[in-house]
Order: sequence, then structure tokens, then C-alpha cells
Amino acid sequence: MIRNSAAEMAAKLNAGDITSVELTQLHLDRIASVDTDVHAFLYVNNEGALAQAAEVDAKRAAGEKLSPLAGVPLALKDVMTQKGVPTTCGSKILEGWRPPYDSTVVTNLKKNGIVILGKTNMDEFAMGSSTENSAYGPTHNPWDLSRIPGGSGGGSSAALAAFEAPLAIGTDTGGSIRQPAAVTGTVGVKPTYGGVSRFGLVAFSSSLDQAGPCARTVLDAALLHEAIAGHDPKDSTSINAPVPQVVAAAKSGDVKGMKIGVVKELNGEGYQSGVRSRFEESLELLAAAGAEIVEVSAPNFEYALAAYYLIAPSECSSNLARFDAMRYGLRVGDVDGASAESVMNLTREVGFGREVKRRIILGTYALSSGYYDAYYGSAQKVRTLITQDFNNAFEKCDVMVSPTCPTTAFKIGEKSNDPIAMYLNDIATIPVNMAGIGGMSLPAGLAPEDGLPVGFQIMAPAMQDDRMYLVGAALEAALLSKWGAPLLSKIPALAGA
Amino acid sequence: MALTYDEVMAKYEPVLGLEVHVELNTNSKMFCGCSTIFGAEPNTQTCPVCLALPGALPTVNEVAIESTIKIGLALNCSIAPFSRFARKNYFYPDMPKNFQISQYDEPICVNGYVDVEIETDEGPKVFRIEIERVHMEEDTGKSLHVGGATGRIHGAEYSLLDYNRAGIPLVEIVTKIVPGTGKYAPEVAKAYVAELRDILRSLGVSDVKMEQGSLRCDANVSLRLIGVETLGTRSETKNVNSLRSVERAIRGEMIRHAELLNKGERVVQETRHFQEDTGLTRSGRSKEQAEDYRYFPEPDLVPVAPDAAWIETLRAALPERPSIHRKRLQEAWAVPEKEMAAMINADVLNIVEATVTLGADPVKARSWWLGEISRIANDKDVAIANLPITPSDVAEIVALVSAGELTDKLARQVIEGVIAGEGKPAAVIAARGIKVVNDDGALMAAIEKVCAEQPETAEKIRNGHLPAAGALIGAVMKETKGQADAARVRTLLLSHLGQGE
Repeated sequence: MIRNSAAEMAAKLNAGDITSVELTQLHLDRIASVDTDVHAFLYVNNEGALAQAAEVDAKRAAGEKLSPLAGVPLALKDVMTQKGVPTTCGSKILEGWRPPYDSTVVTNLKKNGIVILGKTNMDEFAMGSSTENSAYGPTHNPWDLSRIPGGSGGGSSAALAAFEAPLAIGTDTGGSIRQPAAVTGTVGVKPTYGGVSRFGLVAFSSSLDQAGPCARTVLDAALLHEAIAGHDPKDSTSINAPVPQVVAAAKSGDVKGMKIGVVKELNGEGYQSGVRSRFEESLELLAAAGAEIVEVSAPNFEYALAAYYLIAPSECSSNLARFDAMRYGLRVGDVDGASAESVMNLTREVGFGREVKRRIILGTYALSSGYYDAYYGSAQKVRTLITQDFNNAFEKCDVMVSPTCPTTAFKIGEKSNDPIAMYLNDIATIPVNMAGIGGMSLPAGLAPEDGLPVGFQIMAPAMQDDRMYLVGAALEAALLSKWGAPLLSKIPALAGA
Repeated sequence: MALTYDEVMAKYEPVLGLEVHVELNTNSKMFCGCSTIFGAEPNTQTCPVCLALPGALPTVNEVAIESTIKIGLALNCSIAPFSRFARKNYFYPDMPKNFQISQYDEPICVNGYVDVEIETDEGPKVFRIEIERVHMEEDTGKSLHVGGATGRIHGAEYSLLDYNRAGIPLVEIVTKIVPGTGKYAPEVAKAYVAELRDILRSLGVSDVKMEQGSLRCDANVSLRLIGVETLGTRSETKNVNSLRSVERAIRGEMIRHAELLNKGERVVQETRHFQEDTGLTRSGRSKEQAEDYRYFPEPDLVPVAPDAAWIETLRAALPERPSIHRKRLQEAWAVPEKEMAAMINADVLNIVEATVTLGADPVKARSWWLGEISRIANDKDVAIANLPITPSDVAEIVALVSAGELTDKLARQVIEGVIAGEGKPAAVIAARGIKVVNDDGALMAAIEKVCAEQPETAEKIRNGHLPAAGALIGAVMKETKGQADAARVRTLLLSHLGQGE
């Protein structure tokens, strides 16, 4: 049962084959059994999840009309506030904080009857590509427990791959939904910026952060996408327009006549051979399904990484200033005679990890007077150029595609002392955030050389998120018929299972 | 040896710069729905947004934008078709986000001016104060530092934080540098703040109470030797909580600067705090090392792009400039300057105008509001506008007096009744049985009775000693319970005693 897709689970709930309480309990049991090895969860809300499930069951029994995913469980990235449930963002500085309010995403999940199992692990404040930067220890990739599950949303992707949850919420600032999806053989979507409310998403980089759906199939992602998306008056940057018809697109999967643009700059050198061969194979399958493959160029993408590492740290240096021990979270050094300033300093010293401090310092420097124009100002100009690259390319194609990341999952510890190597992991995902458009990663198979999952990235123009789902569904269907079973059926069994 | 003001002016020219912060009177805060009512229990008017809880996001109060645009228009500014909020980053315990959402290089209103008229040695003269910008921002919370000698954070035993004020909408109005005011600098500064206050009040966008902090002025002044182009070092004086203090603070700073400069010392660029009791300033935060606020565009808020047609609608609905309005009223009513000032000081000009609009004679309307009603307001220690008497009540009373249906004395009783909550004037008159006795027969009966009781006084009057009439008139008034028209009583009395004109 737990290996079903969310859509299949929903059908069984509807048919009365299983109750939501039973389904939720199965997942809670699975978590209890395997999560000591995987460490996808920071907090499991047994009672809350079962109570929510019971409520859905009661409504179903009463004959109420329920939304498509009602009663299906989900794992929530620990960067989203949920009233009364600990929210740490993977940081010591928020240890013990229980938010007094629900994020809009959580409000929408609850409204749709989606059962929230608990909070998943992440790189501290979503800064990282491996979940090694969590203050609460790394998450392990269910494909190979010695490897990283991607980051920052490694807890969510690992929970999906380990069958601890059929659905998860991620957030993507530079690839934190898509890269974990790629390295765990799951599906992750970063919607158009403003498509899903950021209210209650603890900010890392406000102009780049975007919450989105994580799942094991394209259709599941689409169902979750529609459940959480839509205009929110509490988020000034939320788009006030109808949500693209992503479920219809995921059900259709018709790519006949679509032009698919392969980004010349996001391929070739620096990309693992198995990543490239799986990518080429996917292109052939899409061509066979009736799409036209064209090459497009995005000459400014090479500056994206550098610009990102100015903009994101700049915004984070300001966003994280509120963690000052005055109102919530950790407080260190509050002894008689200590000044507010020394308490702030000590708390931040103890409460923030190395990567977070690195980025706060980087961002503070980039915003300083005298350096602003050279750093933050130039980075914003690059951002405009990247958007222009996308606009030009989208004149020639309907979606753009690339490998999601240059390599398969690396070993835990392999890159933790080399920030630049770690940053390079996001080279193909970052341009999407810089332009505020949508991006999806879905499994393209296993790399022959290491047997690990490879991700295929689809990028669509702003507010045309449905196009990603069309192409994703087409590729997923072609691969499924080639393999005969979903990719995750090949995942090694976990000891606890 | 302290310099005199004239000695300062003989050698130096002052250059002013004024920054005024105005708390808008919106019902909710700048970026969240919390109430803005003053004086609530600490931390009861807060929410995840204004407490900066993780994940919370600001959204802009549209009314605050409208108010700011109105202010900009009233100050002859251009309204930017596109403006942005920016983050001003610094750490302080009463700043929940540790950044203030403000506006930096793209403010909403720019390049305006205000003309102020002051009395000079050569008669009235107009000074133009150029406005550099008007921008929106949010207020911080309040810190109460307990235990220290100075009431400041250093040396305090502990500090209490109240975030009720955090996020109250503020508008900052910044002038360009103001040279050329010469010795009138303190008066010009005061007149500017007064004019600003009047304009803001006429727009209805703020309570503009300096003593409560809803209008705060930072007064910058520097001196340069007469004839020198280069600007001197300025000081920035805060805590200037009244119009009079604006004038005193600038005058005091000019003298302090001149004394330093004369001694060959330099003026330190710093914030200074005005001391109401001594009229002097004390040193505050140094600004020698410009603080780096690391401004950058606020990514959580979309830019403000007001519709041009909407701006024109707001412009068309602007009230008359208070100073022009006052001049017009003064001419129409033919009121001397001193009386005009008295009405403005008592804050009754608008009420008097409303009363006149309802048909009352300007002189009568003014004397009731400024006299009897102001006296009652003072006795009760409430603002005149908060007394339960309206311009239409007063207009009605004035009309009754001029129709001879009330005497001034009776009118006072009616006013007293209305304020006491006995109802509208007509109801008070009916309930109290107030009416002028203008039945000559009744009056004659009273006169005869009084003359019989005080024959000696009556005799004096008969003999032509008219000042004695007052006593008998008073007695008649008493006899008629004050309801007689004293003038009619006098006529009848005199003619009764053979002294008719």
C-alpha cells in the first residue's frame, strides 16, 4: 500500500478499501521502522496526523464532498510553520519554537484534508545541497545510505524514496526541491515565483524562495500543486491569477508538436557521463512521442551561480537578522548583567551553523556601502540578463530542458569542506530561480556507472507551469513503458522494511 | 562668555534642514492588520507580522499609501509613478525584524515646497522651504530601560519591550537644505513645522500631536561664515516636542556652534537631545562614522505604482491650504489678526467656520466658541471638539438671540444645558422653561413692584441720576427670573420714572 502513488491511495480511500487513519498509521509505522536509518524526519506528529486523518474519515463517512487528495499523508519541510508543531528550519537557533500560526501552504493542506505526518530535515535555513548542514544531523539517501539525499530538502525527498510519505512539501531557492528529487529518483516541482504563497515559509532569500510539491509521480505532484497554489493576500508577491491547469496537463501528457529546447550551456563538460546518457535517452523518447527537439542558447547562465551567491546571501543576511534571542527560540548568555547585545551575539554564535554564518557574512559584505554596486547591484543586472536569455530562448521553444544536476548523489562528507564544489551542484537549477520561472525534475533512470538516479529538468515560462507537466507526464509514461515498472521499484530494501 | 544671538548673526549664516516624522492615523498598522490605538496594554496589539515571527510577511496598507500621496500633493511634490520599499538594516531590541521597512532611493514623493510667511523687520516676508522627499516607513517598538541613571540602555538593569508601536505607519518629510533665512532661521523653522502641522491636520491624515509624538521634528542646523559657500558641520536635534521648542532648539544650537567655532573648535556631527527645561541640547549618538544601513530593495513587497488617474482624483479633492484658507476667512469675517490667532490657538477655527456656514454671524459665532464654550472646555479639561455641542446647536442659539427670543444670559443657560446632555437647544429651552419675558405688562408690573420696594433709588433716578438705574434693572431681572430682555427693562424703567429718551 505505501508504495502506491498518492492518486492510487486517494482512489482506495474513495472506494472505501482503506481509511485515512489506517493509511496514516501505515506510514507512521514505516517511519518508525526505517527513519532511524534514513533520518528524513525531525519531528513526527503521530497524534496530530491521526487526529487529522480521523477528521477526514468522519467527513467521508458523512458523505461530504472531499478534495482529490483528502486523507493522503504528506511530509512537510521544516521550513514551513504549522501551528503548535515545532519548526526549526534545521537550526539550533529555533530549537523548541512552536509557531502560533499556520503558513498558507499548511492552511491549504488542511483545507484539502491532506494529513501532515511531520516535519522533514533540511540544510539549516535551506542553505545547502546535501542536508549535511542540518544542525540535527544529515539525512541519508535511501538508494545508498552513505550518500546525500540532496538539499536543502533532502528530508522530503528521502521520505518519498523511503516510502515514508507519498507526498511532500519542499522549498526551492536555488534547486532545493529539484536537486533532491533528482538524486532520489523522485519528482519535484518549483512553481513560478508567486504561484504558491510564501506566507509562513521561513525566508532564506525572499526573491528566490518558492514552495512546491514533491511526489513520486508527475500526476501526484500536479494534484498537490493545485492543492497548495493560488493567490494569497498575505503575500504581496503572490500572483493574482488563476492557477495553471497542471492536473489536466499531467493527465494529458500530449507533447505532439511541442518544441523542446535543449540548453546548450547546461550539458557537456562537467556533467557525469551517466547523467548525459540518460538525458540523451530522454530526449529521444520525447522526440518519439512527437515533440520537436531544438537547441537553444543561454549565454548568461554562466554568471548565474556567481550572481546567486551574492543575491541569496544578501537577502539572507537581512532575513536572518530577526533571530536575536529577543522574542523566540534559543537564548544564550542571559545571565545577570549581560547586555542585550552580548546575548544577541552569543545566541547567534551558538545558534547558527558554519554555512549560515558564511552566507550572513558574505551577504553583509555584499550589501555594504561602497561594495553594493559592484556586488549586489551587478548581481541584479545579471539576473535581468538571465531573464532575457530565457525570454529569447522561449521564442524558439515551449519548454527548455537540461539535466537537473551535473552528477548523481555524492557521498556524505565528500564535499562538506569544499563550498564551491557544493555550490556547483546547483549550476543547472539556479537560473530558474533567478528568472522566477517554473522548473521540474523527474527521474530519467539510473546512471550505468553507479546505479544511482539521474534527474531530468524541464523549465517553462512564468505562469505556464502546465507545460512542465505535459512534458513530464509524456517522459514519465515513455520511461515507464520502457522499464515496465517505476524507477523506485529498483531501490534497495531498507533494513527496517 | 556666552555669545548673544546678535553676535552670532554678525559673523555666521545658519543653514537649516528639517526632518519631520508623522504618525499616520490609519486604523491598522503599515504592514499588518493590528490596531494602532494609542495607550493599549503593552504587546496586546501585535501579530506574527509585526513581531517578525519566522515566516511572516508584510503587506502594504493601502490607506497609508493614499495618505502619503495626499501629503505629497499638498506639499507640491511630484508623485513617483513607481517607488519601492527598502530595508534599512540595523540591530536594536525594539526592532522586531532588525531591519526597518522604509524607502531609500525611490521614495514615493519628491521635489516639493512649502511657503511660510513670517513677520520681519521689513514687514511680512515669505520664505520658500523646498521639500526633498516624502517617504513611508514603519515605527519601531518602544523600549523602557529600567534601573539605570540615564534611562538609556547602557547602565540599565533590565529593559522592557512593547511592540504595540512596531509597524505604526510613519511618513518622513525631509527638506532640502534651507539657506538664506539669516537671523530668522529659528522663526522660519517654527513657522514651517506649524504650517506642516496645519496642512497635515487639514488633510485629516494624522493627529499631529507633537506632545504625544505623532509629529516629531529633527532639527538640523549648521553655521558657516557669512560669504562662505561651503557648508559647516551640522548637528541633528531630536526630542523637539513643541513648536516653541523648534525655535528654541535652533537658536540654542546656533549659539552653541558659534561658541565652538569662535574658540577654534569644531562642531561634532552628532545627534543631540533637546532638554525642555533648560532649552539646551545634550550630546547623543555620534554620526561622525556614517552608519552603514545596507539598504536594499525590500523583496517581500511589490513596488508601489499608483494609477495616474487616482492621483488626479486625490489632487482634485485636496482641501484648501490652511494658510490661504485662514486669510480668506479673516478677510470675509473682517477679523483682526489677534483674534484670528486666538481662534487658531484655541483650535476652534473650523468649528467657528462651520457655525458661520450654518448662518451664524461670524462675530457672534466666534465669541460663543472662544468665550463661554472654551471656558467650559477648560473647566472640564476636555478638548473643545469633544464637548457634546455642535456648530448647528450654536448657530441655532445665535439665531434665537438675534431674534430676541433669548438674551445672552439665557443663551448661556441653554449652552450649559446642551453640554450637560439635556438635549438640543430647543429641548433645553422647553425643559428648563427658558423664555424671554417681553410682555410689557408683566415687565411694568415688576418695575412698579421694584420701585415701590426701593423708593429711594427710584427717586434718585427721577432726579436724573441715571447710573442708579442698574440696581433697579438688576432687581427687575431677578423678579423675572432672568428671562427679561434687560434693554427693554431699562427703556420701560426710565420712561416710568420720567427719564425716557
